[in-house]
Amino acid sequence: MLRIPCPFCGERDHTEFSYGGDASVEYPPIDSTDETAWYEAVFLRENPRGPHKELWQHNNGCRMWIVVERDTMTHEIFSAEPAHPGVRAQLAKEAGT
Amino acid sequence: MTRYSAWSVIWNGLTGQKGWDRAWRDPEPKEHYDVIIVGAGGHGLATAYYLAREHGIRNVAIVEKGYLGGGNVGRNTTIVRSNYMLPGNTEFYEFSVKLWEDLSHELNYNVMFSQRGQIVLYHSPAARDAAAKRANTMRMNGIDAEMLRRDQVRERVPHLDFSDTARFPIQGAILQKRAGTARHDAVAWGYARAADSLGIDIIQNCEVTGVLREGGRVTGVETTRGVIKAGKVGLAVAGNTSRLTGMAGLGAMPIETHKLQAFVSEPLKPLLDCVVAYALPGGHFYISQSDKGGMVFGGDLDSYNSYAQRGNLPIYEDVAGCAVALMPCLKRVRLVRQWAGVMDMSMDGTPIISKTPIDGLYLNAGWCYGGFKATPASGYCFAATIANDAPHQLSALFTLDRFQRGLQIDEKGVGPAPKLH
Repeated sequence: MLRIPCPFCGERDHTEFSYGGDASVEYPPIDSTDETAWYEAVFLRENPRGPHKELWQHNNGCRMWIVVERDTMTHEIFSAEPAHPGVRAQLAKEAGT
Repeated sequence: MTRYSAWSVIWNGLTGQKGWDRAWRDPEPKEHYDVIIVGAGGHGLATAYYLAREHGIRNVAIVEKGYLGGGNVGRNTTIVRSNYMLPGNTEFYEFSVKLWEDLSHELNYNVMFSQRGQIVLYHSPAARDAAAKRANTMRMNGIDAEMLRRDQVRERVPHLDFSDTARFPIQGAILQKRAGTARHDAVAWGYARAADSLGIDIIQNCEVTGVLREGGRVTGVETTRGVIKAGKVGLAVAGNTSRLTGMAGLGAMPIETHKLQAFVSEPLKPLLDCVVAYALPGGHFYISQSDKGGMVFGGDLDSYNSYAQRGNLPIYEDVAGCAVALMPCLKRVRLVRQWAGVMDMSMDGTPIISKTPIDGLYLNAGWCYGGFKATPASGYCFAATIANDAPHQLSALFTLDRFQRGLQIDEKGVGPAPKLH
């Protein structure tokens, strides 16, 4: 079992989460007509053996999307933070005060 | 090399088993080969064999980081079938089954291919329609398929759960009689022995650490046993494809590496004489009984990217639940073994047998769950692709650039989500 440290709920089993894949992918703007950019975002993955930033949604918890940095060989988890930049900034701000 | 025969078995039985040669050599790598295949798994070994037999290219080396047959060819549930529906897949997998049917004779090695039949269950009227469509598509392509009603399934496999309280009430099934199982290790060993006897060097404990290029062309590989030059290089390293293509400078691939587990129970008396499978929302499961009596079964992926050849406990629970839902008589049977293999999960669930943008570099990858049954056809078509520098007719749709051109072959229709294929 992976134990994912949800920034909102604390450490939980990974079965509470659903996997959303590579978090390093940057999608083009929704109105972009750049086919190569869409192809790369939709289909191509670095698929590293080692540290990997990936999305998980805490379905059976706070339902937030989080970005987890995890090693794909050892399964060690290095960090977990909210995927939404606004939420991430707010959380960082509250931690700072 | 000693040719195996009934006579050689009897003779060696009478003379203390002293007349057997080793099945393949353990050669030192030469400086240069016409073709280097990376990965001595089923596909790599088959590729080398067909390069020699079909195309007369014998100056070939297979380099392998561990021992031959130590990857996914030894980590699967050994099922062979051709119940595919989309152009590209139907003819390719059917060709593979035809190669399987003669493989033991061809290799002079008993791969124990047993055409015991596969039953794929359906559980709802909508699933029956989908099954009928699949069976009809198979038959129109010359592949055997029969639709079984509930009572016909029950007659054939009476100990599935046909009770009123069944978790997944069985309504019927597709039966493919020519489907079955094979002895997975024997496939690797058989191809290795046959390839070696045609002069191919199988170099084990030789990990590729770099791919050499000059301009836009591949010139060889760097390995833990030194540099080996080559005219052409073929990659058949499912699970680790992204690492090798990274070394070659091909960039990101339409592939994610996931792990898939398989399980074996304690040996039982004969219980199941065919393969049974089902897939529906809430359950995905396939089971057969090995010749030693163990129930061999598996289910879904572990759902997250991983290169670790070890499985995670939630899938044990899921697969055990699926097993008991199908065959309640397995409830108190104990597991004796479990393992995980790392799968190349492609973005459309279909493999890649293709040239690449780099001259002299060829790619065999993206086998998802389906690599074992494809072993002979994969080797056959990949060898043709390498020898002719052009795709074989049967694998012409499995190109690397199909994703960019909008020509994905998405058998399950779930889109670019590797964990769902």
